[in-house]
Amino acid sequence: MFKKLLLTVLLSVFSISFLSAQHDEEASHEVVSGNEDFVERHEEHAEEAFDMGGMIMHHILDEHGWEFAHGFKIPLPIIVYTAQNGLDIFSSARFDENNGEYGDYVMHHEKISLKSDHHATVWDFSITKNVASLLLSAVILILIFTAVAKGYKKNAGKAPSGIQSFFEPVITTIRDEVVKPSIGPKYEAYLPYMLTLFFFILINNLIGLTPGAANLTGNIAVTLVLALITFVMVHFKANKNYWMHIVKPPGVPGWLLPLFWIIEIIGVLMKPASLTIRLFANITGGHIILLSFIGLVFMFKSYAVGGGVWAIGTFMSLIEILVAFIQAYIFTLLSSMYIGGAIEEHHDH
Amino acid sequence: MELLTPGIGLIAWQLLIFLALFFVLRKFAWKGILSALKSREEEIDSALRMAEETRAEMAKLKSDNEKLIAEARAERDALIKEAKMTSSRMVEEAKSKASQEAGKILEDAREAIAQERITMVDSLRKEVGSLAIDIAEKVIKKELSDKGAQTKLVSELMSEAKLN
Repeated sequence: MFKKLLLTVLLSVFSISFLSAQHDEEASHEVVSGNEDFVERHEEHAEEAFDMGGMIMHHILDEHGWEFAHGFKIPLPIIVYTAQNGLDIFSSARFDENNGEYGDYVMHHEKISLKSDHHATVWDFSITKNVASLLLSAVILILIFTAVAKGYKKNAGKAPSGIQSFFEPVITTIRDEVVKPSIGPKYEAYLPYMLTLFFFILINNLIGLTPGAANLTGNIAVTLVLALITFVMVHFKANKNYWMHIVKPPGVPGWLLPLFWIIEIIGVLMKPASLTIRLFANITGGHIILLSFIGLVFMFKSYAVGGGVWAIGTFMSLIEILVAFIQAYIFTLLSSMYIGGAIEEHHDH
Repeated sequence: MELLTPGIGLIAWQLLIFLALFFVLRKFAWKGILSALKSREEEIDSALRMAEETRAEMAKLKSDNEKLIAEARAERDALIKEAKMTSSRMVEEAKSKASQEAGKILEDAREAIAQERITMVDSLRKEVGSLAIDIAEKVIKKELSDKGAQTKLVSELMSEAKLN
């Protein structure tokens, strides 16, 4: 019903837009600049054709330095190691000053290579926009949850108050609805990890939706590491039952075993792979949709499209906030289930 | 830095920072939060259980009390009934005893009166006899003072005695 309504509004908006389009370009810029962080994009491309794909990629990928808006970029440290030059640390501003060149280093599309040897491996451990955002989220999480913990110390034996009562239902939900039923009686040992995981993904999903911020949980490196930690945890804690299931599944004739080994190994590897890709694809996909709608504004440059995009963009942003919670929940739930499956005691099939 | 190829730098930083975050939060946040939550839940649990027990005890006490009260009431009723019966019996007994006594007294009185009468009649008879004798004596004494009359009488008596 709501979707239909939106669609109708959008279509009418579009039809009007084509009649009265290109009326007042300058004004439409203002409409957009009030809401979004892409003013800089617009201004940059005001004269030339708008590069939608480039804009989207720029926003969802990592970068050296943190560009909040066009012309307002915070330089971040670049840390590179090469066999030839050893370890080098310098500011990303050096690249911006010299068209992407600094000393022996050249940066092209955020990729650093050596001028003297184009094929040399450059180990790039820079504090990029994502790393900075990662640090920021870690600091925010530590501040929030030490404050919550302080609340528990202060209100021992009393009703929760303030930030403590805000987070308590979330913590108890993760504990009682996600971790406890999935892992079983030994759930308490895994609770700190699962809570850290949930709140880390959640806060970074939400930060990712903030204009100007980094798309951290939509970066495959981040989701890969989270999935791998869960994977390692599962296989370190797995009991005999779990391994026996992989090595010798019950009720399988001996000559079929090699086939089952292949299937089981694929199954084992699919779990972290699906965790990695699910979170990455959901968050990145959401960003691409949102950015595509916003990009329409710069393609059509009309009031009407601006209004339509404002409506649908707001709606999409709300959905993305929902997705932020859902994906954090699902990642935590699946991690719990994988661990629960690995430490489960034997039962009959 | 491409979309689908994880960069080694971010992997390293993510691993480092996430693990550090995990250990810091575990030590400074989750430990306190989870243990506080657990102990509070246990407290609430035990308080609820205690309330339930107390309620059961109260109910038991109440029913005991009611039973006691009912028993006491029944006992009281029985006592009252018995007392009533006793008192009415006592009254009854007293009445019958009193009437018996009264009858006996009346009987005695009647007897005494009869006895009295007999003795009175006896003494009256004696009195009247002696009075008659006295009178007779006096009459005779007066009669015999006259010699002629005496002789006359003697002769009369003599004649009479003869006749008998």
